[in-house]
Amino acid sequence: MKATKLWGSLVLAGTVVLTAGCGGEEKAAGVDPKVMADSLFAVMASDRANYTKLIIKRLGAQGKFIKPDEHWEDLDNGAPLPAQMFRFGAEAVAERTDAFTYSLQSLWPINKQNAPVTEVEKTGLQYIVDNPGKNYYGEEELGGVKYYTAVYPDVAVATPCVDCHNEHKDSPRTDFKIGDTMGGVVVRIPM
Amino acid sequence: MKKGVKKVTLLYSLLTVAVLVMAGVWANELFLEPKKETFLMGETSHGHHQIELACGSCHQSPFGGGDVLQDACVGCHAAELKAAHDSHPKSKFTDPRNADRLEQIDARYCIACHSEHQPRITREMGVTMAVDYCFACHEDIAEDRPSHTGMEFDTCASAGCHNYHDNRALYEDFLLQHTDDLAIQPQPIIAAIKDYVAKPAVAEPAPQPDYPSQSFQATEAEKDWLHSAHATADSNCSACHGEGEQFTEQPDALVCVECHQPQAKGFLTGKHGMRLAMKRDAVQSFPLNASLKSLMDPKTRLLAPMTPAEGRLPFKVESHDNSLTCNSCHGAHDYQLGASTAVDSCMGCHDDQHTNAYKASSHYALVLREAAGELPEGSGVTCATCHMPKLESEQEPGVFHTEHNQNANLRPNEKMIRSVCIDCHGLQFALDALADPVLIENNFQGQPSVSIDSIKMAIERVKE
Repeated sequence: MKATKLWGSLVLAGTVVLTAGCGGEEKAAGVDPKVMADSLFAVMASDRANYTKLIIKRLGAQGKFIKPDEHWEDLDNGAPLPAQMFRFGAEAVAERTDAFTYSLQSLWPINKQNAPVTEVEKTGLQYIVDNPGKNYYGEEELGGVKYYTAVYPDVAVATPCVDCHNEHKDSPRTDFKIGDTMGGVVVRIPM
Repeated sequence: MKKGVKKVTLLYSLLTVAVLVMAGVWANELFLEPKKETFLMGETSHGHHQIELACGSCHQSPFGGGDVLQDACVGCHAAELKAAHDSHPKSKFTDPRNADRLEQIDARYCIACHSEHQPRITREMGVTMAVDYCFACHEDIAEDRPSHTGMEFDTCASAGCHNYHDNRALYEDFLLQHTDDLAIQPQPIIAAIKDYVAKPAVAEPAPQPDYPSQSFQATEAEKDWLHSAHATADSNCSACHGEGEQFTEQPDALVCVECHQPQAKGFLTGKHGMRLAMKRDAVQSFPLNASLKSLMDPKTRLLAPMTPAEGRLPFKVESHDNSLTCNSCHGAHDYQLGASTAVDSCMGCHDDQHTNAYKASSHYALVLREAAGELPEGSGVTCATCHMPKLESEQEPGVFHTEHNQNANLRPNEKMIRSVCIDCHGLQFALDALADPVLIENNFQGQPSVSIDSIKMAIERVKE
């Protein structure tokens, strides 16, 4: 009887260990944060480019149908600027999930609150400017939580981007051209 | 010896019974009674004292922390913050990159700045945070705005400069749009009133009153009713008094909710009516349900209507015991609209200097001239013009209703600029006037004695 109990305990303990092991492997086999971040950025960048080209550039030129404006809510035909549209998306996502966050930042931000704050942001934004076409990946701890942080180049894809930034009274840089890296999209995934 | 022991035992027994009785009384109040007066810890702010005994309206769970309280704040205030294009919404602070800032001020939660039950440190608009709170995030503002060099951080929120939430009339581009405004517009008319009166309701012949019994009082009420906007088939006597078994001589205080939901929502969220919005199960009180009809049953309500005696402003003694319901201002049968409701009702209770100076003001003179037919409709400025403005519905353009939350357009007072002041006055004049406490007190008799530099600074900024 005692032997049966002993074998039973051993089998149970083994099962627990194996199950725990499986769980660990499952966790390790989860989505790679780089793949997740890259995939998220693919969606963001596509939507952002489409809004800029298909809506703002096509309908907003000379305010013919809509008027893209920073204070769009004050205008009957006002439309959010592409950067605002992007931020509204980020805020709406933040209300739905805390599995990741994202923001649009720049070394030459019109709104100073969008300048890089953390070391990874500063290094990453400088890296994507110095290395056109490349992304930057890093890890950082903020508020006691570790994050996988990816920084992607935000490139001027249409004339409204360049014109608006070059002409805005609060813009610290006024010589942007199509194809320039104007800023970066920072994606954070808690680890 | 035995007698001594008995005395001690008796003493302990009595003490135990006393403690148990007290514990029972307190436990009963804490867990069973809807009002928990004994447990009120410190006076609440001007905005919440009316409902402070309905603890559960904010403390929706006995073990709730910041998130529970936040839900309660948002339940009441989310809509007005959204309408104000809130400059500092929670969503600005949830990104992990703001973790350092949150250690200084956790701006994700309203209570970081609006802590309740703290009368000693509560300032205007229920703010309990140190006055120079802007410093935490905008320390280097002078680098971007040289005009701000040397300005102290306890002056950021001075009148006419910045507000934490509502900057609709203060942002740079808006200021620049109004650089050439005259102090008084050539045709000073409240735009919403002008649009409202441009679409008069179709007059219908009054139906036969369907009140089930005849009496002197009923006949008098019928006379008033026949001359009111309620003299229609849809609002016959039975609409409020009920019919058949449902008939009552004294309709409930909230009977108007049945037909006037937008107005009722404002009334029930403002200081005049918020007590009536508190349900016996206070947790269910907010957010206000889209259908307010459940509040029409007095058994569901926890608190009696507000009375001026319970208010914290100066009120006329003879009004102290008035219950604040729809009928307090509108009357039951004559259903007054216009100047008598928009002026006399307010002055019937309020007894502060601003109110008492009103009838000597230019604004009231315009009301009299409009009433005399000398000026077009929308020229007069009543109490309600500023404090309960007529607004066009966002959902149904062309439909207007009066904002019955008296606070929605009042604090901070720059809220009035776009909804009211700017219809008749230039922005510079409005900014100056609203920043002048003496002018506010005498109800705008005279010219502003202060000059706000915001527009000037915006012009300079463009030149830089």
